[in-house]
Amino acid sequence: MTTDNSKTPPLLSIQNIETLYFDRIYALHGLSLSVREKEIFAVLGPNGAGKTTLLKTIAGLIKDQPKKGIIQFAGHRIHRLAPERVSSLGIVYVPEDRGLFRELTVRENLELGLWGRRDKGIKDDLEFCYQLFPILKARSTQQAETLSGGEQQMLAMARAMLRRPRLLMLDEPSLGLAPMIAKSVYDALLRISHAGTTILLVEQNARLALKIAGYGYIMEAGRIVLEGTSASLQANEDVKELYLGLGGETASPKGWRLYKKRRTW
Amino acid sequence: MQHFLQYTVSGLATGAIYALVALGLALIYRSTRILNFAAGDMATAGTFAAFTLICMQIPFGAAATAGVVVGAVIAMGFYFIILVPAQRRDANQLSQIILTLGLALILQGLVGHFGGTEPQAFPFPLSDAKLHKFGTVVISELGLGTLGISVVCCVLFYLLVQKTRIGLAMRATSENLPAAQTLGIPTRRVLAFSWGLAAGLGVVAGLFLAPAQTLDPFFMLEPFLKGFAAAILGGLNSLPGAIVGGLILGVAEGWAGGYISIAFKNTMAFLIIVAVLLIRPEGMLGEEFKERV
Ligand SMILES: Nc1ncnc2c1ncn2[C@@H]1O[C@H](COP(=O)(O)OP(=O)(O)O)[C@@H](O)[C@H]1O
Ligand SMILES: [Mg+2]
Repeated sequence: MTTDNSKTPPLLSIQNIETLYFDRIYALHGLSLSVREKEIFAVLGPNGAGKTTLLKTIAGLIKDQPKKGIIQFAGHRIHRLAPERVSSLGIVYVPEDRGLFRELTVRENLELGLWGRRDKGIKDDLEFCYQLFPILKARSTQQAETLSGGEQQMLAMARAMLRRPRLLMLDEPSLGLAPMIAKSVYDALLRISHAGTTILLVEQNARLALKIAGYGYIMEAGRIVLEGTSASLQANEDVKELYLGLGGETASPKGWRLYKKRRTW
Repeated sequence: MQHFLQYTVSGLATGAIYALVALGLALIYRSTRILNFAAGDMATAGTFAAFTLICMQIPFGAAATAGVVVGAVIAMGFYFIILVPAQRRDANQLSQIILTLGLALILQGLVGHFGGTEPQAFPFPLSDAKLHKFGTVVISELGLGTLGISVVCCVLFYLLVQKTRIGLAMRATSENLPAAQTLGIPTRRVLAFSWGLAAGLGVVAGLFLAPAQTLDPFFMLEPFLKGFAAAILGGLNSLPGAIVGGLILGVAEGWAGGYISIAFKNTMAFLIIVAVLLIRPEGMLGEEFKERV
C-alpha cells in the first residue's frame, strides 16, 4: 500500500486552506494535506475537528470557501468551483447522511448514479457493484429508506462508484453501524481501492480506518496535528491512547482532557 | 338516489378542473417548497392567448396548444429570469412566494390591457347546452369533455413522472436537491420543466372552464383558490392527493349546492377542508416532512 511514489505529483493537494462559517468562525485553519493516486488516505479526529468541513470544502459545497489557500486536483485548481464542476472532474463525495433519494427505489438510486453516462462500461460497472454488494440486487425494488443503515451505506457507495470517480471521498462510512457491518463496508472499500480508485476517508473510528489506509492525518481544531503511514500512527503512543483506545475502552472525554496536557503535539 | 348521482357527476366535472389546478400547485410545492400564487394568472394568460388566436380564425386545436405553450413559457421564463437569480442571492422561501404574487399582479395587468376587462364568450367546440343522458344522469358535452381531458392529463402526468427519465430526475430533484446536483443532474432545467408542466395543466383547466363561464382577466381566481384548497386537502406535497382532493372538493360542492342551497357551495367545501385538517394536518395523502440534517 505505502509504496514510495512521492516523486509523482499527488492527485489531490491542499495547501494552507482556511474555511470560515459566517465569515468569522474558523473551521479549517491553515490546513494542508495531499492524497496520492490509487491509495487510501484517512483523516482522523474527534467530533468537531472539521473533518466534514474539509470534505465539503473540497467538494465545493461551502459557498465562497476556502477563503484562503489552494486546492489542486489532477492539475486543476478547484477551490471555490461550483460543486457540479468539481464533481465533473471526477471527485465523488458520499456525505455523512449518505445523500440517498430515500423515497426512490434502490434501482432508481443506482440509475441516477449513471446519469449522463452513455459508454459501454455501464453494464460492467453495475456488475461490479452487485458483486461488491449482492444485497443491493435482492433489494432493487425496495425504497431506499426501508434499507438498514449498512445497506444504505452500501447503496451510497455503489451509486458513487457508478460515476467512475477518480477520487472517492467518504464521510464516516462506519457511523452508526454495528461492528460486523462496519467491517464488511470496509472490506468493500478495500476492494474498491484494489480496483484502482483513490480514496479519501474521514473517520472517528481510527482503528478501522488505519487498518485499510496506507497513510493517515490526525486533525484537531481545523489543523493537521500529526501525519504518517498507518504503521507509524498505529505505533505512536499518543495515537494509541487517544484514538485506538488501548487499555480496553475508547478514551472518555475526561481522559481526553487530561491526556491533551501530556501529549507531544 | 337519482339526485344523488346527478349531484355527484356534476361535482366530479367541477372537481376535475380543481384537480388539474391542484396538481400544478402540488408539483411546484413538492419540488421547490414554493406556493405559486401566480398559477391562476398563468392559466388566464394562456387561455387569453388561445382566445386571441381563435378570434384570428386559427383552428381551435392549434390555438389551444399554443395557449398551453404560452402558459408554460411564462412559467419557465419566471423561473429562469426571476427565481433563479433570487435564489442565487439567497432569497428565502417567503420572498420567493412574494415574487409569485408579484408575477400574478403583472400578468393581471397585462391580460387586462391586451385582452380587455369586459367578459367575453369563449368559443369552444364542445357545447355546454347539448346534454347527454346516462340512465337518470344528465351531463353536458362540455362536462364530459372536461372529465375526459382530466383523466387523460392525469394518466399522462403519472406516466411522465413514474416511467420516464425526466420524471425520475424530477422525483430525485424534488426529494434531495443537493444530492441530485452532485450527481450531475441538470436540476435547473428539470425545475424549469416542472414549472412549465404545472402552468400547462393550469391552462388546460382554463380552456375547459372558460366556455362554462365567460372570459375575463379574473375568471381563474375562484378555481385557483379552490385548487389551492384541494391541494391542501390532499396534502400539498402529494400528487395523487391533489387529484383526490380536487375531486372530493368538487363533489362536496355538488352535494352542498344540490341538497342544501347553492349559497352553501363554498361554505360546505371549506368546512370539509377544516375538518380534514383538524384530523390530519398534513392532508389526506400528505406525509409530514422529514427534516434532514
Ligand atoms: N453549517 C455550519 N455553520 C456553522 N458552523 C459549523 C457548520 N458546520 C460545522 N460547523 C462548525 O465547524 C466545526 C467543524 O465541524 P465539522 O466539520 O462538522 O467537524 P467534524 O466533521 O470533524 O465533526 C465545528 O466547530 C462546528 O460547530
Ligand atoms: Mg463530521
